Amino acid sequence: MIGEKLLELVIRFSGISAILFVLAIFLFVFREALPVLTSEKFSVIQFFTSIEWYPTSVNNVRYGTLALIAGTFSVTLLAMAFAVPLGLGGAIFLSEFCGPKLRETLKIVIELLAAIPSVVWGFIGLTVMSRIIVKYTSAPVGVNMLNGAIILALMAVPIIVSIGEDALKAVPDAYREAGQALGATKWQLVYRVLLPAAKNGLLAAVLLGVGRAVGETMAVLMATGHAVHIPHGILDSIRTLTANIAAELGEAPVGSEHYRVLFLTGVLLFTITFLVNLGADLVIRGVRRK
Amino acid sequence: MPPGEKISVQNLRLSYGSKEVLHGISFTVAENEILGVIGPAQSGKSTLLRCLNRTIDFVPDARVSGTILLDGRDIRSRIDVYELRRSIGMVAPLPVGLPLTIYDNVAFAPRAAGLKNRQDLDEIVERCLRQAALWDEVKDRLNSLGTKLSGGQQQRLTIARALSHEPEVLCLDEFSIAIDPVTTMRIEDVLKELRREITIILVTNLTQQARRLADRTMFLFKGEIVELDRNDVIFSDNPASQMTYDYVNGIYG
Repeated sequence: MIGEKLLELVIRFSGISAILFVLAIFLFVFREALPVLTSEKFSVIQFFTSIEWYPTSVNNVRYGTLALIAGTFSVTLLAMAFAVPLGLGGAIFLSEFCGPKLRETLKIVIELLAAIPSVVWGFIGLTVMSRIIVKYTSAPVGVNMLNGAIILALMAVPIIVSIGEDALKAVPDAYREAGQALGATKWQLVYRVLLPAAKNGLLAAVLLGVGRAVGETMAVLMATGHAVHIPHGILDSIRTLTANIAAELGEAPVGSEHYRVLFLTGVLLFTITFLVNLGADLVIRGVRRK
Repeated sequence: MPPGEKISVQNLRLSYGSKEVLHGISFTVAENEILGVIGPAQSGKSTLLRCLNRTIDFVPDARVSGTILLDGRDIRSRIDVYELRRSIGMVAPLPVGLPLTIYDNVAFAPRAAGLKNRQDLDEIVERCLRQAALWDEVKDRLNSLGTKLSGGQQQRLTIARALSHEPEVLCLDEFSIAIDPVTTMRIEDVLKELRREITIILVTNLTQQARRLADRTMFLFKGEIVELDRNDVIFSDNPASQMTYDYVNGIYG
């Protein structure tokens, strides 16, 4: 009896700890950022609406994050435009169209792909991909939004494929048999039965991919060119919120205004991911109710 | 092909891997008859149905030999297997409401066959749901999920769905396993109506159900036909085989 109580306590703690950790991280980041909000040199309006990010200017320090936000969103969206069709297509192929031997091989390779450290991806973006982009496009430099998006897409695809495949595999075989007995072709079965049946899991797969792309730091830092700039095309260099923190936090003196504003961008990033997750949750619930 | 013959099975053999499940069986099904198929578990009843609409093709290690003629044509010579499957309605033991709306469940096969006209689809959906004795219960919520219906309603939905592609043959595999007796009787009434238009193969574990509905009944045991005859012989006091008598009267199995 005591053993059972203890066990229950342990798993209860494991469950609740996730909430504790998230709250603790948020509080810590927010605490570091808080003093700057009351500083007279800092303007919240400027923080959100200005594209001028000059944190180390001697005469006129400006902390505008609009270009960084635009950078994060644009590279994520472009990455998803590549990764979602490729990832879902891969998941459908693995689960419905490919033979058992090929499936095993592909799964191992895809898991390997997911395990490649992001700095290696960044390195590939910086060296291989940038040369390819310069060669085949009119871009003056190869490190830009397109480069970052391709690298992010390559990182997100394995996640989308493996979680998407799980979602499709979880659809009961009885559905497949029923659909086939009704004279559906393989494709009709996929888009009329399997995709609707697995939509929650597939949505989760896509959102985990989005999460990976929004949060990724090292690879985008190396592949996107690191220019604070609202992009006008996919060949423009950009800088993301994450890359900005990674690059500047080491240089900013602890406790300085610059340091605190960087933490504030951390809070912003945290809020963005929170909103993405919340939105996804609401979408899934909406889908479920229907 | 003799007149009035719908299906002719000749020396059908089937094995899963090295295990032979059907040992070369032959029989015919007449047009507009209800053929009952009885026999204990593992005797190959469901496998037989899967051979008819060639969903057996999806079982990787299944090997089939022999011929099955539908309207005198070998089903394996049919180029369009999807058309074959649409000419045979299939109802599984446990109701499988596809995770779609009630309407979309019934409209699934016509749409797969390329029908797009909303009015035609509306008509098919209503006709099939009426035929399956489900229309009155669901006509006000055709756009809610089919999977939310009760077990008996879902089974009638699968019957409506199996009728939606206007099959020439309807196969039912132990359709009453998951539903209550009252609903079972309602569906049996539906089947009696349907026999005027189509041929029905009724696989059932309830020998009394075969007795009530079928014109002829086949007793399948361990992959072989023990006896196939008119119901008044099979369910009489002296069928050809003692095994049939024992099974039908609950002495065996």
